[in-house]
Amino acid sequence: MQNKHLELSQVGIDFPTPKGPFTALTDVNLKIRKGEFISLIGHSGCGKSTVLNIVAGLHQATNGGVILDGSEVKEPGPERAVVFQNHSLLPWLSVYKNVELAVKQTQKGKSKKEIRDWILHNLELVHMTHALDKLPSEISGGMKQRVGIARALAMEPKVLLMDEPFGALDALTRAHLQDSLMDIHAELGNTVIMITHDVDEAVLLSDRIVMMTNGPSATIGEVLEVNLPRPRDRLALADNPEYNHYRHEVLTFLYEKQKKVEPVSNYKKTKQRNAAKNSDAA
Amino acid sequence: MSKSVQAVSQIGQLDGKSRITSLVSMLPKLLMPLVGILLFLAVWNGVSKSIDTSLGQFPGPAQVWQQSIVLVNEHNAQRDKAAAFYERQEVRNAQRVAQDESYVPKIREFTGAPTFFDQIWTSLYTVMVGFFIASIIAVPAGILCGLSKSAYAAMNPLIQIFKPVSPLAWLPLVTMVVSALYVSNDPVFSKSFITSAVTVSLCCLWPTLVNTAVGVSNIDADLVNVSKVLRLTPLKHVQKIVLPASIPMIFTGLRLSLGIGWMVLIAAEMLAQNPGLGKFVWDEFQNGSSESLARIMVAVITIGIIGFMLDRLMLAVQRFASWDKNAVLR
Repeated sequence: MQNKHLELSQVGIDFPTPKGPFTALTDVNLKIRKGEFISLIGHSGCGKSTVLNIVAGLHQATNGGVILDGSEVKEPGPERAVVFQNHSLLPWLSVYKNVELAVKQTQKGKSKKEIRDWILHNLELVHMTHALDKLPSEISGGMKQRVGIARALAMEPKVLLMDEPFGALDALTRAHLQDSLMDIHAELGNTVIMITHDVDEAVLLSDRIVMMTNGPSATIGEVLEVNLPRPRDRLALADNPEYNHYRHEVLTFLYEKQKKVEPVSNYKKTKQRNAAKNSDAA
Repeated sequence: MSKSVQAVSQIGQLDGKSRITSLVSMLPKLLMPLVGILLFLAVWNGVSKSIDTSLGQFPGPAQVWQQSIVLVNEHNAQRDKAAAFYERQEVRNAQRVAQDESYVPKIREFTGAPTFFDQIWTSLYTVMVGFFIASIIAVPAGILCGLSKSAYAAMNPLIQIFKPVSPLAWLPLVTMVVSALYVSNDPVFSKSFITSAVTVSLCCLWPTLVNTAVGVSNIDADLVNVSKVLRLTPLKHVQKIVLPASIPMIFTGLRLSLGIGWMVLIAAEMLAQNPGLGKFVWDEFQNGSSESLARIMVAVITIGIIGFMLDRLMLAVQRFASWDKNAVLR
């Protein structure tokens, strides 16, 4: 692997509980190239968010560690900006001021004009310059998430961490934002780690899809390279056999190899079988 | 109050027929408070006639109304006296300066007894000073307790023990401490004022402290994470994230504190002899004339109305200070 950029080695985490430590993650190993787009996919509770939080520095790994450009990750910082699922804009600040807070904190020593230009540039990237003075409560969910992305980009992060960024949005808005994100990624070439539940989203956006096994003691199950040429177009890909092959791979992993919940019909069958057994015994 | 204004403005938007019907449907809302007050006055009037005290019959609404007018008249008479007093001094000073140019005119202050309205003013001033002292201690302490679990664990027993203490228990201690520490030949404030204000502070610290701590500890974890990712310094974290996020809870605490402070003040003034409403009530009680009970009742109603207005004032300040203009405040 050329150009080692971000490396997770033997990452594991235990959470203390009254019944003793609970091992949420073990042996997570991943090497990520600069500019790569990685998706983490898995059933809920498999520790995807925990992996992301460890890379962000919000959680401390119990075992192993994360190295970014040769230095170990020990605490949160703007070079690993996070886009949270619920936008987490400060509700008392306008769109402009929300981004300004991040810019003033990370771009110290810049002139007033440079700061203003940089804020506007980032809001331009997500097409939000029309709502500079609006409060978060006055704009839609999709717009809030756009501003959240602009705020993260404005920190000029080495790695952009996204925790189900589009999970709370409706399908149309989500598609729109996915296209925006692809444009931005093509333009800026940030390294991105994104958590998702959505198989189509993962295949469309990613260079590699990291599929996680179910917890407890979750780890990386399989890694799928997505070798579709960029720019990718969701309409053209809909009938692309390669695209569908990738989708199928992920679906197979999620619903066959790492089946989380038994279908209700199976549950009924087992119940009937047990009932029959019991009546035989009687 | 604001509700009825809202109702009226709503009516203004409707036309002709529907305006009348909606006015009829609004009537109960506008009328019921009035009905409640009238009913209360009627019961009060009826009951008061059958209560005989050693100071005569318990005052009904009519006597109380009468005494409130007497109090206003006494106030005006006292003001006239004061004006006349200063006028006489000026005339005298002018004469002496005319006789001897080196004379430096002196103006003596009028020393007549404070009127009911002077006493209201003293009470308001005292409660505000006490409330202010409490707030500048309680808000930072509350923020500290909200941010740090260990600070909260350390403070919590103290809060729980001192919160329920009555002002009357504090007062003798405060009086003695103030007498011992506040020694000055030319005091800017009277001791009774400081004693009352400090007692108010001691009692209205707690709601603000507790509510601020709860508000700060309940800040959305995502917002705290944003602050961590941005590596905000502790000071900036408080300034940019903690304070705005907990403004609603801080104000809930401040309103409760001011309410308690006003209640405590009257008791404190009675015992500390601070010339406010508490002293007015005490003096009337000691005076024991046939009008005393009616005059005390005027004070009771005044205390209630001022307490209500203070609460509305805090609500207005809260509306002004809070970023969330859509929040329903009551």
